[in-house]
Amino acid sequence: MLDLLQFGDSGWGDEILRGAGMTLVVAVLAYGIGLVLGSLSAAATLAGGLLLRGAAAVYTTVVRGVPALLVIWLLFFGGGSAATWAAGLFGFSGRVDLSPFVIGVLAVGLVSGAYAAEVIRGAVQAVPAGQLEAARALGMQRGLILRRILVPLALRYALPGLSNVWQMTLKDTSLIMVTGLAELMRVSFVASGSTRQPFLFYIAAAVIFMLLTTGSELLFHRAERRAARGVRRAGA
Amino acid sequence: MDLTLIQTSLPQLAAGAVLTLELVLLSLAAGIVLAVATAFGRLSRLRPLSLLVGAYVFVFRSTPLLVQIFLIYYGLGQFEAVRASLVWPLLREPYWCAILALTLNTGAYGGEIIRGGILSVPFGQIEAARALGMAPGLMYRRIILPQAFRQVLPAYGNEMIQVVQASSLASTITLMELTGVARAIAARTYQPLEVFLVAGAFYLLLNLVIAQGVRLAERRLARETRR
Repeated sequence: MLDLLQFGDSGWGDEILRGAGMTLVVAVLAYGIGLVLGSLSAAATLAGGLLLRGAAAVYTTVVRGVPALLVIWLLFFGGGSAATWAAGLFGFSGRVDLSPFVIGVLAVGLVSGAYAAEVIRGAVQAVPAGQLEAARALGMQRGLILRRILVPLALRYALPGLSNVWQMTLKDTSLIMVTGLAELMRVSFVASGSTRQPFLFYIAAAVIFMLLTTGSELLFHRAERRAARGVRRAGA
Repeated sequence: MDLTLIQTSLPQLAAGAVLTLELVLLSLAAGIVLAVATAFGRLSRLRPLSLLVGAYVFVFRSTPLLVQIFLIYYGLGQFEAVRASLVWPLLREPYWCAILALTLNTGAYGGEIIRGGILSVPFGQIEAARALGMAPGLMYRRIILPQAFRQVLPAYGNEMIQVVQASSLASTITLMELTGVARAIAARTYQPLEVFLVAGAFYLLLNLVIAQGVRLAERRLARETRR
């Protein structure tokens, strides 16, 4: 039975590995989009006018309140029309279709961003006001304060939460199998359909996901330690 | 915006919403029992038991729910022993498979939440209870669990909302709950916006009800503390 997981023509090993690679690529891209959206949304909440604050509140509340699968289906059925309309604004008259890859990255990124927004907002608020006052008193410009004071300090508070968001994003990536994209779950689904060994392939997928989540948790843990290297703790 | 489409698809969406509610309520009810058992198992001084429960929590928290659902629905049926067993009439049904997967999933997450709550009870409380001669059962019932419960309420409320969202995955194993119905209508009409708005609104409403319920319970419990 295990020879089904072999590499080459006789087994599904290479297909599964490629699927895992696709899962990782989608998750990383979606997480990147999520971090950008989350930062923008947090900035809008903390420093925006009424309109921006409202938009950010609607975004985080709605997207965190509905299932990720619903967001994926919405983009799957409506993403093309939305993209066509948006392209029309720039004078492009043809029809735009979104590939399953783009739909997956956008949908999971959208969800990831809504959760990241809350984490980032909380982290920025946790930075002591005295730090920013001191920076201003030293005559630092806004950009410099952001780069040297706010982001490094906020990042330390944000990392544990961002680590959770990453775990969630990575696991949500499995949902985009419904669009037909050949990521880990889709490959396992196809493989178990053609070999009639679903248990084997879903266990394989589960093990790969466990390796990915556990491995990345270690990386985040290391990053947390590094971000906190300037902090003295009792007994340390 | 096509209002007639909303109107004609409302009965279907309502049926989907009812199934969503069923899935959520049943898995939440079974899930909280499992979560409490998991918390006790993790805290047990029996090393093999706490290791075993720890492994369960690790596996279910580090893999996607979709894998868990597929493993239970597609995977288990592959074995002759399972198909010959007494539980096969249940495991054959996507309905019970979805509830089983949701329950096992929320049991793992909820177990960690409750374990944290139990650990958060100050040790002085336990010492005092022991000094009064309380047996462990009584101590848990009167001292530890009430305080742990109050502590975990907000986090458990979030977990309940996660279960609401997780129930949408039942549509991947042919169950026509709310997300499944919305998808089917969108696939037929190619007008996704209307049905997804209705479906999304229902999910948000459900979350609101849960959040309000948790807030009410918190206020009630806070009143008891002050007394």
